[in-house]
Amino acid sequence: MKAEKVVVRGVEKRFERKQDELLALSAVDLSVAEGEFVCLLGPSGCGKSTLLNIIGGFETPTAGTVTIDGQAVTGPDPRRVFVFQEYGIFPWASVWDNVALGLRKLSKDEQARIIQRTIDLVGLKGFEKSFPSELSGGMRQRVAVARALAVKPDIVLMDEPLGALDSLTRMQMRSEILRIWREEKMTILFVTHDIDEALQLADRIVVMSPRPGRIAEIVEVRQEHPRVIGSPEYVRVKHRLYELLGVSHSV
Amino acid sequence: MTPFAPYLIIALALVLIVVGKRLKDPAPVIVLPLATFIIFFCVWHIAAVAKSYPLNDAQGNFVRMVEVFPTPWSTLQGMLVPVKDGMLLRYAVASVYRVAVGFGIAAAIGIPLGLLAGWYLRTGQALNPLFQFLRPISPIAWIPIAVLWFGVKDEAAIFLIAISSFFPIVVGTMTAVRTIPLVYVRSAQNFGLEGYELFRRVVLPACLPQIITSLRLALGIAWMVIVAAEMIAVDSGLGYLIMDARNANYYDRVVGAMITIGLIGIALDWSMRRLERIDEVRWGFTKQS
Ligand SMILES: Nc1ncnc2c1ncn2[C@@H]1O[C@H](COP(=O)(O)OP(=O)(O)OP(=O)(O)O)[C@@H](O)[C@H]1O
Ligand SMILES: [Mg+2]
Repeated sequence: MKAEKVVVRGVEKRFERKQDELLALSAVDLSVAEGEFVCLLGPSGCGKSTLLNIIGGFETPTAGTVTIDGQAVTGPDPRRVFVFQEYGIFPWASVWDNVALGLRKLSKDEQARIIQRTIDLVGLKGFEKSFPSELSGGMRQRVAVARALAVKPDIVLMDEPLGALDSLTRMQMRSEILRIWREEKMTILFVTHDIDEALQLADRIVVMSPRPGRIAEIVEVRQEHPRVIGSPEYVRVKHRLYELLGVSHSV
Repeated sequence: MTPFAPYLIIALALVLIVVGKRLKDPAPVIVLPLATFIIFFCVWHIAAVAKSYPLNDAQGNFVRMVEVFPTPWSTLQGMLVPVKDGMLLRYAVASVYRVAVGFGIAAAIGIPLGLLAGWYLRTGQALNPLFQFLRPISPIAWIPIAVLWFGVKDEAAIFLIAISSFFPIVVGTMTAVRTIPLVYVRSAQNFGLEGYELFRRVVLPACLPQIITSLRLALGIAWMVIVAAEMIAVDSGLGYLIMDARNANYYDRVVGAMITIGLIGIALDWSMRRLERIDEVRWGFTKQS
């Protein structure tokens, strides 16, 4: 058993509304091992983003705790980097300057070395001087991933990073993310509401249910990468996920 | 010129429009506005001629036509003197100078103040009601006070320009800061940016397109206000030229000054639009795919 990296204990989140309160998360317990790839899967509004934001330190839970390496999370930290669904990269800066964002404290030479390496890693060589408005959606997403990887984070938190992409680009980006994950060996928490996406990426899939948002079940995917879509194990887990999400498998 | 000439030219201009809109791209951008301007000047000419009346001598012999309102051609002729003796240039420079200084002062105070009021909630809460209260007061309403404080001098006009451009700039900047998308601020926090660095690398660049837009708006207002201000508060400039020519019954000069104002206005706006092309702000002026 590997060391526990992220531990979420009894987390609850209430949002004040005009009339009443909204219980967005209730009694969430989760622990993620070092180097693990965990997907948060669930219908819209079940609190996936809220949970990820709490782990990232952007929001505080109304009850419960989140610890990372045994330390309580009190705010954002470059050791755990968030990849936002869209437009998290700065449109006013070139690809190069975007990736440089987290490297300000290093020497110029070292910055240049890391930036070039990261840009190559995500396959954006030759676009260093481009601005985000000159890139395709998938390329912009790569910039966001590169910016996150450049700081060598222990944990990458991704909130539907591929949501805005077409299905072909999504497939391609998934294998890129898997490749980078194997090379860099970080822990990844990945929010999605796409069952196949979760199945192709995750070691474990955290299935959430709405109102109040909580963990319905954690499903393990015991399958080596690259995964054969349609293998017995794949189909078995897929059936289980459909059941948990309460949707019919056949349409 | 025969009385039919302008109608003929209008017909030709209409043909130009029909043909021009089918031409390959950059041509219509030049041809279409050109045709519109030709029609504009022809309609002006026809209207001015229609309002003119014949002047006869004591014996009842026709001497010449008297124009109540100058035609484009007589406007051009009427402007020859002020152009040649350098008065038009002097006055245009005076107007542009006042706008530049007043606008510069407004930007130098308005942008930093707007950034502060947008970023610090309490500063904004304290200042915003005052801005909103002073903003709807027309700059023209300040003219008596400007003259009282500064006398009939450059400073009065500059003060009026500063007042009129300050509010669009400060309110525009403040709104820009308040509406920075949360993802940008969170990204910055995630990578540990704080204080001055957060400001320089995220807050300022995120707001820059909107700041430029508010500057452009403010400059447009300033250029309109300067004419009114110069009619009363000073004794030079294009606004003064209009007033002075009117008093002397030189209506060709009045219209000539109006045209000069329009042309300089286009040039000022064009120079502001150039700013929108800078790499760091271009994203704010193009649709994101
Ligand atoms: N700042 C907020 N104020 C009030 N309510 C909020 C706030 N943020 C989220 N909520 C509510 O909390 C619930 C969970 O929201 P959350 O964004 O976490 O959902 P999600 O699972 O990420 O959904 P999606 O898949 O659509 O992104 C929703 O009902 C939402 O209305
Ligand atoms: Mg979400």
